[in-house]
Amino acid sequence: MTTKPQAASHSGDRTVEMSPLARWMRRNALQIGIFFIAILIWLVFVIFANGAFLSAPIYNSFMSTTPFFALMALPLTLLVIAKDIDLSFPSIMAWGMVLYSTVFALTGSTFLGLLACLAAGILAGWLNGWIVVKVGIPSLVATLGTSFFWAGVVLVLQSGSGRSLVAAKGSVIDIALTGRIEIGQVQIPMQFVWTIIIAVVMWLLLNRHRFGAHVYLVGDNQESARLMGVNADRVRIMCFVLVGMVAAFAGLVQSLELSYFWPTMGQGGGTLLQTLASVFLGGTSVFGGTGTIFGTFVGAFIIGSINAGVVAMNISGFWTQLVYGLIIVVSVGLQTVLSRRLR
Amino acid sequence: MEPLLRMVNINKTFGEVKALHDVNFEVGRNEVVGLLGDNGAGKSTLIKIVTGYYKPDHGGEVYWKGERRGRFTVSEARDLGIETVYQERALADQQPVWRNIFMGREITRRGGVLDVAQMRAVTARLMQEHMGFTSSAIAPDSPVKTFSGGERQGVAITRALHFEAELIILDEPTMGLSIAETRKVLEFVNNIKRAGKSCIFIDHNTFHVYQAADRIVVVDRGTIAGQFMKNQLTLDELVESLYRLAQTGTLDQPSSRAQANEVAPNDH
Repeated sequence: MTTKPQAASHSGDRTVEMSPLARWMRRNALQIGIFFIAILIWLVFVIFANGAFLSAPIYNSFMSTTPFFALMALPLTLLVIAKDIDLSFPSIMAWGMVLYSTVFALTGSTFLGLLACLAAGILAGWLNGWIVVKVGIPSLVATLGTSFFWAGVVLVLQSGSGRSLVAAKGSVIDIALTGRIEIGQVQIPMQFVWTIIIAVVMWLLLNRHRFGAHVYLVGDNQESARLMGVNADRVRIMCFVLVGMVAAFAGLVQSLELSYFWPTMGQGGGTLLQTLASVFLGGTSVFGGTGTIFGTFVGAFIIGSINAGVVAMNISGFWTQLVYGLIIVVSVGLQTVLSRRLR
Repeated sequence: MEPLLRMVNINKTFGEVKALHDVNFEVGRNEVVGLLGDNGAGKSTLIKIVTGYYKPDHGGEVYWKGERRGRFTVSEARDLGIETVYQERALADQQPVWRNIFMGREITRRGGVLDVAQMRAVTARLMQEHMGFTSSAIAPDSPVKTFSGGERQGVAITRALHFEAELIILDEPTMGLSIAETRKVLEFVNNIKRAGKSCIFIDHNTFHVYQAADRIVVVDRGTIAGQFMKNQLTLDELVESLYRLAQTGTLDQPSSRAQANEVAPNDH
């Protein structure tokens, strides 16, 4: 890894040879790095958490709760690579649930409820994209605004009260989204399976589809992407739509898991910050143009494990946030130093 | 035969600024047109209309091979065979070479699925054959930001070449390049000519434009101030008349060469 290409003025001057393995490691250094950080944290928990990490229940537990924010972190990765940000997705979670529960109450169909929920997410995402791209408000400001807006819409429409979702218990949608696959002691929650499915879809979209190629180009150099004929506006709006759609989906998953729709779901900052932390911990740059789905996936489960781990280590839960902070700053710091040296 | 590109009465206004005023401009088949003019004269605006990036004001007409073209996008222009190498070296720095080569024109299978293997393979070949990268330290996956200015320009030029453009536009391609790299770029313009294609060559450097072009068009304050066939004047005379333009705002010459203004692009 000591082979740094010389900045030669004539091509062909570069005599430094690299093996394919070394090149692969260099190219994926950030992903390898985050993977080893995850292993390291896991080992710390295995050793110090009094055996809790040696048995199934703790994994069952955080496989069921981590998806609440891991799901949204996946499409958010694409949006951040395209050099935009979204702060409104926690509010969109609840907005989708308003439509779900309304349509369910009217038709009694969980399936139509799911469709309405996704449509609500797509609409909210598209509106974010339209405001950012067509009106030209920076995404940080625009989505701060829509975040309050959708949270307000939910409170007004619900008059501040929640709804029981017990009626949906045992329906196909309920089982498909939050059921459990039992393998001995291990219970794999369906929301974890969905997190993997969406991760695979997002990976394919980002790495093996023209749309993903354009996401990287727009985030890296929007002007040159436009000059080369990339429809940057459409790409950016699509990213917002993806985040909105998956946020509504995640809202449904969380509500079905709890069998109750809280109108204040996603508020209070926890969801927002854990989701953003997953993306940045995973090595996606806030400056756009770089980032990976794999990194976000691992990042989300690091965040998810800390809460469980800190409690299992018999440390007061008050320490959780402090540990979050340390891990995020230290590992993102390492990534920054690493990528400066490698490139 | 109709010229490759003909633009009639092109105007372009940005807010209250008239960047182009009744411009008539054409590029013949297999012709290298040098575009000269001061900063802000309208050179870049003119070519960004050719490439589909800007839409001209209402009333202008653009003909490609004699066929009238309405509003067209950058992708549509590239499909017609118009490729551009921009002065900003329009590259995405953090992306690998292959993504830059195929920027906006990715090789895809059905449903927009990328054929990454083929794009890598084509890039590897182009790098060896056209860019002269032989070392294995530089691969199709190397990010462009590790390259020197000349190498980056090489990527941009190779991109234009690869898509078999009929009209290649070079917007200040020699800016910030070393002497050897500049020579390569001028050689590349000669290759375009030899390959039977056309080129619009924009540069500040009168000397480079004179060397490379068949015909020189001078843009000044949003209008075509005049044009010359290269074989009708010497480099010294060209520099002299540009100087006069800067001084007096007009290219009118006392000599008999005034009618060169009406000269047609050569067709051969």
